[in-house]
Amino acid sequence: MTPPDTQSSLPRTWKKPPFIANPLLRYGLLILAVAYLVWAFGSLPFNWARISEGLPRAARIFSGGFPPSFERFGLLLTGFKESFQIAILATLLGVLLSIPFAVMAARNIAPLPIYLIGRAVIIISRSFHPVIVAILFVAAVGFGPLAGILTLTLYSIGFVGKLLAEEIEEIDWGQVEAMRAAGAGYLATLFYAVFPQILPRQVGLSMYQLDSNLRASAVVGIVGAGGIGGTLMNAFGRYDYDFAFAILLIIIAVILLSEGISGWVRKKIW
Amino acid sequence: MLEINNLVKRYGHNEAVLKGLDLKVEGNCVVSIVGASGAGKSTMLRCINRLVEPTSGSIKLNGTELVNLKGAELRHARRKIGMVFQGFNLLDRLTVMENVLAGRLGYVNLYQAISRRYPQADIERAFVLMERVGIAHYANKRADALSGGERQRVGVVRALMQEPEVLLADEPTASLDPRTSEQIMMLLQSLASELALPVLINIHNVAQAKTYTERIVGLRHGKMIFDGVPSDFNKDALDAIYGGIEAPDDSITEPPNTSAEVARHDSA
Amino acid sequence: MVDHAQQLADRVWQRYDRKARLLRYAVLLATLMLVFWAVRDIDIFWPWVWDAPNQISGLGARMWPPSPAGLNNIFNALLETVHIATLATFLTIFLALPVAYIAAQNTTPNRAYLWLGRFILVASRSVNTIIWALLFVAIFGPGVLAGILAIVFRSIGFIGKLMGEAIEEIDRKPVEAMEATGASKAKVIAYAIVPQVMPAFFAIIILRWDINIRESTVLGLVGAGGIGVILQGAIDTFAWPTVATILIAIIVLVLIGEAITSLLRSKVL
Repeated sequence: MTPPDTQSSLPRTWKKPPFIANPLLRYGLLILAVAYLVWAFGSLPFNWARISEGLPRAARIFSGGFPPSFERFGLLLTGFKESFQIAILATLLGVLLSIPFAVMAARNIAPLPIYLIGRAVIIISRSFHPVIVAILFVAAVGFGPLAGILTLTLYSIGFVGKLLAEEIEEIDWGQVEAMRAAGAGYLATLFYAVFPQILPRQVGLSMYQLDSNLRASAVVGIVGAGGIGGTLMNAFGRYDYDFAFAILLIIIAVILLSEGISGWVRKKIW
Repeated sequence: MLEINNLVKRYGHNEAVLKGLDLKVEGNCVVSIVGASGAGKSTMLRCINRLVEPTSGSIKLNGTELVNLKGAELRHARRKIGMVFQGFNLLDRLTVMENVLAGRLGYVNLYQAISRRYPQADIERAFVLMERVGIAHYANKRADALSGGERQRVGVVRALMQEPEVLLADEPTASLDPRTSEQIMMLLQSLASELALPVLINIHNVAQAKTYTERIVGLRHGKMIFDGVPSDFNKDALDAIYGGIEAPDDSITEPPNTSAEVARHDSA
Repeated sequence: MVDHAQQLADRVWQRYDRKARLLRYAVLLATLMLVFWAVRDIDIFWPWVWDAPNQISGLGARMWPPSPAGLNNIFNALLETVHIATLATFLTIFLALPVAYIAAQNTTPNRAYLWLGRFILVASRSVNTIIWALLFVAIFGPGVLAGILAIVFRSIGFIGKLMGEAIEEIDRKPVEAMEATGASKAKVIAYAIVPQVMPAFFAIIILRWDINIRESTVLGLVGAGGIGVILQGAIDTFAWPTVATILIAIIVLVLIGEAITSLLRSKVL
């Protein structure tokens, strides 16, 4: 069908079009990336002498850690109980307090100055890793679960508050107008037209936050804010590796369990 | 020559989908396989290149038994069987040229495949075939930027790149509008004679089957109940194949997602 | 007429039906009891709680104004933090992708590999970065290597899990087409799977890099390098104005990280 002579006009070679069309940009980015890797590796202070001792140390730690020892089960239980309590109370406080902050940080229902304050609180509490917040609270109110509760409350406000504020900004505005048309005041509008729309989300978020607080409560203890983290830190500090590994195993088990439960409950609600 | 003998396919412990099928295709003959949804057309085609494992029976392509091939032997056999799909099955995020060259994957080595350094002969063949079906100017376009008819042309060229000894087309026109689907059928018909290639086409549209193919095979419940030339395909044959199931003549096209596909996607 | 009025009067408006209401009350009661137990049982010296606002504002007052001294040190520590996060994210790619590959139902070679992959993902995800850091500090001594390894070990689970899910969600059709051409498994992966998961891959790497920047800020608290080291030092020496400067520096770092990630997202995706 095709006459043979037209075939000679066809291109005879083909190369895959490169990912970045401009060759200067393409090779420039590549060189930049390699240069960065070299610079970063070169500038970091590695203590090779100490690192080279690592393997025998690892062997000693793991042989000391196996089998994990559950002898001090009482201590382990006390630590976990405290972690639970911290997580529960912080979730409750955090979820309740996140509502006013979310209202403040929602552009569509908060006046501008209030909005800026609300956003700032949420951004700041989200910028800091809970462990940094914990170390500050420990410095302020002393060692113990109180610092842990305060830390995770702030953490929850940041996380739940942000998502909730986004949810409020996306509500069906018609309901708010209807309430205003009926002569409702600001608070009445909030309670009848805004909160019902965000409530289902809030319940799901609370479950998620409880799970996430439980995870975080295990680590804030490392800097002295109560719970199982402190027990773990002590075990590591005293070279009780068999007890430390026992704690780690239980932490993993509890986290898996809590993730499973929280996922199941959220599926039921949504 | 493709020769199928007593082919049986059963999924799990359900009723068999194919119940002892015999089929012989010789020369460069275009065969259409018609039948209602679930009659076993698609399963039969996929048994030939072993995308579906046959339960029992024999399939011979030019004397080679395909049913018990494994590993590299199976891949070598598959190179000789081109396939065109209902949903085109293109590599959407890659260029048209890469899609076409993918037809050579059974021939090139892994380094050539990954670095896209295909032999010169493959690239030339790709341009010739793309020119033949009118998509050569799209070589460096992404496959998902093309229209349905153009995408199916890419699918056809990819299959032909394999230098197949038989071409299988599984509802190649079912996702296309009526005009485009006529064009694709015409293309398959003329390619078959140009390349002296036997072509098996699963098709829902009886009118197209009669117009563009030389032989019609009718399946119902996994059994062949008609095999003959289009002029013999009369009202009785139609009733025997589709009777009590659906009205086939009106169904020029069907929606791209058949219920079976949707169900499979859900369970995945 | 009378009947109709009677019917209207009998109608009571209820928000939830009986069973749903009972369930709600039961959940509420259980929650209340749990909270009551937690409050009663927790080991807190309550007078401290009432004093906490004073203490916190006192600490805030001691921090103000932030001290500009040692800004150079802080900058270098921030750079180290970024290096740790970036190098760790980069290294994780090579470790997480094979794990994702064996932990995805549709690409795993066999069930043993599937469960091995899942085990690695679960183990990596369940242990927090700072706990990984604790372990690596014990092995390799304090320093950035422990930090990098901690971030790597935590990120494997994150990237591996999300990449595994991306692999499981691909469209099967191109895979089928590639198998039909007689392509081997490696070629099917290169042509039908890799292009499909590329967008997800970039999105996941960018997301994890952002998270890793935050995580790297705390590594130093257990001695694993980065800005945390000098934060811990400043707190230990009660240099509160310096602490304030470091905190501000961390916020700036995190915000810059977020800006870069959103820029990358809009450019690459």
